[in-house]
Amino acid sequence: MINVHPGLPSFDYIQPGSLAEASSFLAEHQGEARPFMGGTDIFVRLRDGFGDYKYLVDVKKLDGMGTINFDPAEGLTLGAAVDMNRVIGSEIIQEHYPLLVEAAGRVASYQLRSRATIAGNICNASPAGDTIGACLLLDASLQVHGSRGFRTEPLNSFFLGPGQTKLEPGDILTAIKLPPPPEGLVSRYIKLGRNQASDLAIVGVTAAGYPDRGRPSGYRIRLALASVAPVPMVVEEVESFLSGEEVTEQRIAAAARIAQEACSPISDVRASARYREMMVRNLSQQALLSVWKSLKAA
Amino acid sequence: MANHTITLKINGELERLEVASNLTLLSMLRQKLTLTGTKNGCHAGECGACTVLMNGEPVNSCLVLAAECDGADIVTVEGLARDGRLNPVQEAVKDAGGVQCGFCTPGILISAHALLERSPNPSEDEIKDALVGNLCRCTGYVRIIDGIKQAASL
Repeated sequence: MINVHPGLPSFDYIQPGSLAEASSFLAEHQGEARPFMGGTDIFVRLRDGFGDYKYLVDVKKLDGMGTINFDPAEGLTLGAAVDMNRVIGSEIIQEHYPLLVEAAGRVASYQLRSRATIAGNICNASPAGDTIGACLLLDASLQVHGSRGFRTEPLNSFFLGPGQTKLEPGDILTAIKLPPPPEGLVSRYIKLGRNQASDLAIVGVTAAGYPDRGRPSGYRIRLALASVAPVPMVVEEVESFLSGEEVTEQRIAAAARIAQEACSPISDVRASARYREMMVRNLSQQALLSVWKSLKAA
Repeated sequence: MANHTITLKINGELERLEVASNLTLLSMLRQKLTLTGTKNGCHAGECGACTVLMNGEPVNSCLVLAAECDGADIVTVEGLARDGRLNPVQEAVKDAGGVQCGFCTPGILISAHALLERSPNPSEDEIKDALVGNLCRCTGYVRIIDGIKQAASL
């Protein structure tokens, strides 16, 4: 029998009234309950037969999830339920964290971004997540509510493998916190897809740099890669390489080769491993050069 | 599996419905309300054939649960026309030859309508960005974009 209207498998939709109730429900039903925001990853996976949950817990409307707060001393507190279109349209985020706007703007399509969230992008923990490199280079930390209340997790140690994070049963990501951006920060996100827009990243390259007199090169320049390792990765060797001596176009080319060596892509439906590796080098070169030129011109 | 009673506005009319937890907004519109203008193309949020407005914003209704829509304001393609008259975007896309099989058209019209509401004079690039999530296999998009430009110029 042809199923003309493929639907979602059975589950119960749960709407907790508070974070405490949500965490306690999730912990009590561990293994069979999952929190969700926009649902743009989980519903697709469920429809494809991956994942099997008795309960889907809607955590969008809980305390503080929908707010965007910026304080010049503290930085940004981005509520976990803020959808990507709101992030892109936020004047605060455009002014202080344009990299986040650029990265979010490359996700899927307008109608998907009406529902998708950066928090969901992070918790889904796909190495292809477009916004994760930006969050890593902006030194994000995560406010998590769990069975024992609130805690903070640094993003740079959050990912354990594809789709796997440090979150435990009962945990809900409630906000993403970004410190005030460094003076003179310049950034760029380059996404390679099978088409100009709307695809998942075959390779995603995020580069960011700022003047730093404490380094021999006078700059701190960092690089993060998407889709070329089990987790979204920051290539630490690129940072140390470009810190050590005066930045030149040749050193940027060398840094791009370091990035190529550092990644470990797989072959999948979208691209071969070899192609990904070569694109890491080319796009890292482009992104680093773009950042470098802006830094020099400033 | 739990049922949920929801009250929501659909094309200006208040509706009260009982829906299963796993019923999508798309399925609810088509099966419970016979609003079959909205289509299922991919059920994965990639093709945009299921695009409707939810609280003023385009969403892929195949990825929204009906149960999440309690209190929501939904507009489908059926809600664009007024008193039997096509709205300016519908008229313009039709006149420009932007409809062939018509399967993508409802979703395209919703995305285009929402674009012109938030950006009444969009550039060609802005129009293309707004339509990234609406795939068309027939027209090659050119006449659709022409139609939207025409509607914007009114």
